[in-house]
Amino acid sequence: MEIFWFIIIAIVLAVFFILDGYDFGAGIIHLFFAKEEKDKEVIAKSAGLFWDSNEVWLVVAGGMLFMAFPTFYASVFSGFYLPLIIVLWLIIFRAIGLEFRSQFDYQMWRDLWDKAFGISSLLLALFFGIALGNIVRGVNLGGVDKGESVYEAHYFFLPLWDSSFSPLSETPGVIDWFTIIIGIITVVTLAIHGANWIILKTNSSINNLLKTVIFKLNIVLSVLTVFSLVVWQTINPDYLDNFIDKPYLLIFPVIYFSGLFGLFFIKKLKKDIYAFVLSTLLILGGITSSLASIFPVILPSTNDVNESLTIYNTATSEYGLSVALNWGIVGFILLFVYMIIQKRLMGGKIDKMDYGH
Amino acid sequence: MEDMIFYDRLQFAFTITFHYIFPQLTMGLSLLIVYFKWKYLRNKIEKYNDAAKFFMKIFAINFTMGVVTGIPMEFQFGTNWAKFSELTGGIIGQTLAMEGMFSFFLESSFLALFIFGEKLMGQKLHFLTGFLVFLGSWASGWFILATNAWMQHPVGYEILDNGKYVLENFSALFSNPWLLPAFLHNQLASVVTSSFVVASIGAFYLIRNKNIEYGALFLKTGVIFGLVSSLLLAFPTGDWNAKNVAKYQPASFAAMEGIFETEKGGAEIVLIGQPNMVEKKLDNKIAVPNILSFLTYQEWDKQIPGMDQFKKEELPDNIPALYYSYHIMVGLGTIFIGIMSLAVFFLWKRKIYNIKPLLWTIMFLVPFPYIANITGWYVAELGRQPYLVYGLLRTSEGISPTVSSGNTLFTLLGFVALYMLLGLLFLVLVGKTIHQGPRPLKH
Repeated sequence: MEIFWFIIIAIVLAVFFILDGYDFGAGIIHLFFAKEEKDKEVIAKSAGLFWDSNEVWLVVAGGMLFMAFPTFYASVFSGFYLPLIIVLWLIIFRAIGLEFRSQFDYQMWRDLWDKAFGISSLLLALFFGIALGNIVRGVNLGGVDKGESVYEAHYFFLPLWDSSFSPLSETPGVIDWFTIIIGIITVVTLAIHGANWIILKTNSSINNLLKTVIFKLNIVLSVLTVFSLVVWQTINPDYLDNFIDKPYLLIFPVIYFSGLFGLFFIKKLKKDIYAFVLSTLLILGGITSSLASIFPVILPSTNDVNESLTIYNTATSEYGLSVALNWGIVGFILLFVYMIIQKRLMGGKIDKMDYGH
Repeated sequence: MEDMIFYDRLQFAFTITFHYIFPQLTMGLSLLIVYFKWKYLRNKIEKYNDAAKFFMKIFAINFTMGVVTGIPMEFQFGTNWAKFSELTGGIIGQTLAMEGMFSFFLESSFLALFIFGEKLMGQKLHFLTGFLVFLGSWASGWFILATNAWMQHPVGYEILDNGKYVLENFSALFSNPWLLPAFLHNQLASVVTSSFVVASIGAFYLIRNKNIEYGALFLKTGVIFGLVSSLLLAFPTGDWNAKNVAKYQPASFAAMEGIFETEKGGAEIVLIGQPNMVEKKLDNKIAVPNILSFLTYQEWDKQIPGMDQFKKEELPDNIPALYYSYHIMVGLGTIFIGIMSLAVFFLWKRKIYNIKPLLWTIMFLVPFPYIANITGWYVAELGRQPYLVYGLLRTSEGISPTVSSGNTLFTLLGFVALYMLLGLLFLVLVGKTIHQGPRPLKH
């Protein structure tokens, strides 16, 4: 039952990153490549129309994590207190930027909020990547100092950084050179994803340029991926063990690499949707591979005193999980119906679509 | 430790107060939108359809605000109340996750369809999408109230050896005797807010002599919905909730009514007075004898335990705030009934459109239902103190063990700054929408 819920939550989280990922990505592209007012407008709109319903997935993922793995929820949310609150601030600030920009027809005003939208999108992608980096790297559970736990075994508090910025330090912070690498990988991935979204949903004048951008970013991403796999070895020498023991898990890295490989042919693809599917595979494969590598652990302990958090030692009762599975199935069927209805009515390019407000 | 609890509570109070400005409007407004759209289906008069679409725009702004300020609410359970989350997540996580699954997905999917899809799907389906948005937003109220009801009056749980609360009976969460009255009271209160908003915009158009046809429609609909919901808010739902508090949280009941000493032979109802916590009495009190006993138990001389009957550790920790919140809520509720009765009377006499002072009053009444709603929630939350889960888990036992007060103060300041900006944005967006009126520029 724990595994069921682990899979469900992983899927919901992945969907969140795929959906909100494209509007983060659109923000990053907007920041660096949109020069003409018309493009800025339509790119902001390609995010502005959808971001709030995309973020509903984050709320749902949070609620499910809370229900199924309350100990993990409590430990991680309080332990990553500062970065999480900063993420909340960025989410709010980005929303302010997106909604404010077109309220007054005044160039300086729009430029200001465009930057707010772009920069907060970039930082959000970076922080979400750093968060993933922290999860696979692990934390000093129990706040162990000289062999003694300062807190209860499953609690910790991470500073934003440790002066060494090293993941190998006794008390690593949120930001170190390893988590930064994962953060940059996320930024690049979401930029590619966002560019695909813009090409798919708009007729912006930079659509052709973006294909070249995606190609180049994909080269950067390939280099970074290989590099991260090498350095991951130094942090966690056993990170491939799960894949060796259970070869079927290799499907996840295969998903990632097929996305990566496919995107090199961005200019030859017949339909824009194919490229968007490929960058979706990148995100899906990236998240699932990371989780599969540490499974059933969901937060490794970096000390020898306290054991890692797993799906088993953080889950709620069997009864709670199985009741929730019943309503969860009903909920997903309903959701599927909504999505089909929505897809039928709201497909296509958005240039002509009216803002809700 | 003390200041850790203080800042955690302050941050939660601040962020939830700000958040609740938005859902209280969307829940009630969705009902009015469904009403307008339904009228349009029946009578095919274009202005009803315009009204539905106009208020859906205002709904959408509030929904967006609700999403961005709602994510911090959910996150804060984990960030600032980790121990509480760890111990009770197996129970309240159920209702919170169900809210996302059954209400937010419904609301956000069909909101977009309502706004963009009218031409694509025809009028009947358009009505249906509006109805589903209504259903989604009321479902969200239902699940949040179910969560809160469990904290006010815990049921269907089991406590494990390690102190964790796990679910024993899922359906008990929804048959909780606290839930239905609290839900109905809360939803009606949100109908009050939105009716007053609708009436206020109507009054504004009438005073400004602009969009008169819409102004008259909004005013009429707003005051009728406003009167009915204000009445139902007081009786039966308000009454029912007060009886629940008297039954399940007698210490809170004594504190919110301001009864310091138990009276022999029936308790008086306090109308005005300031709690004096040093001398344990009310200063400048005006009270009517025996009424409270009658209202609560329908017996004139039924004894109601005062605060002297409870140990200090069982009494709410901020009695004056609880007392004032309750009296502000009840006082405003009474005023609403008065003003709306007057408005409906003059509507019936067909004079309301010309009575300028009444129009001005209705226009400027708009902040007060918000205040009443929020003080109403303060009654519930301050009344539950000193517990997070009534009778079981104390507030001081629920905070995150590793987050220092300095960090919480830092994040609280950040939220204050950011929410100021957000509030400004909200006013600009709503102001522009009202200024544009129900028929925006033709494309």
